[in-house]
Amino acid sequence: MTDVGFSATRRLILQGAGAVALVGLGNLPFGLTPALAANDKYPEAAFKAKSEADAIKALYGKTAEPSDKVKMDAPEIAENGAVVPISVTTTLADVTSISFLVSENPVALVASYKIPAGTLPNVANRIKMARTSNVIVVVEAGGKLYSANKEVKVTVGGCGG
Amino acid sequence: MASSIRVRATASGETTEVQALIQHPMDSGFIKDAKGEIIPAHFIQQLTFEYDGKNVFTADWGGGVSKDPYVKFAFKGGKKGDELKVSWVDNKGATDTTTAKIQ
Repeated sequence: MTDVGFSATRRLILQGAGAVALVGLGNLPFGLTPALAANDKYPEAAFKAKSEADAIKALYGKTAEPSDKVKMDAPEIAENGAVVPISVTTTLADVTSISFLVSENPVALVASYKIPAGTLPNVANRIKMARTSNVIVVVEAGGKLYSANKEVKVTVGGCGG
Repeated sequence: MASSIRVRATASGETTEVQALIQHPMDSGFIKDAKGEIIPAHFIQQLTFEYDGKNVFTADWGGGVSKDPYVKFAFKGGKKGDELKVSWVDNKGATDTTTAKIQ
């Protein structure tokens, strides 16, 4: 395992060696996050939310309105639910964040991207889908939230099914 | 020693397009192994990209991202020959980092 040096180790120690020891238990659905710095916060609460509404609320503190300016590219049918390519682009201005959620996944929030000024509001990634589900993309632009969604059919589920 | 991170960054006009592919199990913690025991959650939580000392993209990931995760994005700026630094940290506290030259 690689280690980038002092700062990672220092954070581990400062945030509690006890917390790190618990990660090895293996019966927690999500490991604890002792190693992350506080400034570029990892949205842990959002990744624990079960429903997409709760995840969006935890991430952004507001609700999204559907917008045809958010363009999702997702397959009609995903043959392999373990690897479903989804991308999004938008013509909205001042985009600061783009997130991907899957309603029927055990945890709705899959990924959230921070878009600094100067970075284009386009992201492509590959996600897991447990079963046929609505895939939702949320874009934060100019302080408001916009969304698009598409149903993606899954023939072989992405959770080992 | 090989990094887990493979990056291709290509400057084209005013924009640099970045594709990253990372070797990582991205276990969600929801799947059982052949013995019926849960495979513990083990996934990258945060992936960052830095150009010219500034963050140009951050990915906050959960266990729902596919194994050996891939991401593509683009930012304004970036010149051929400049460096892009990519780092990740996972839920076990492991990290990796690499620097790629923009082509």
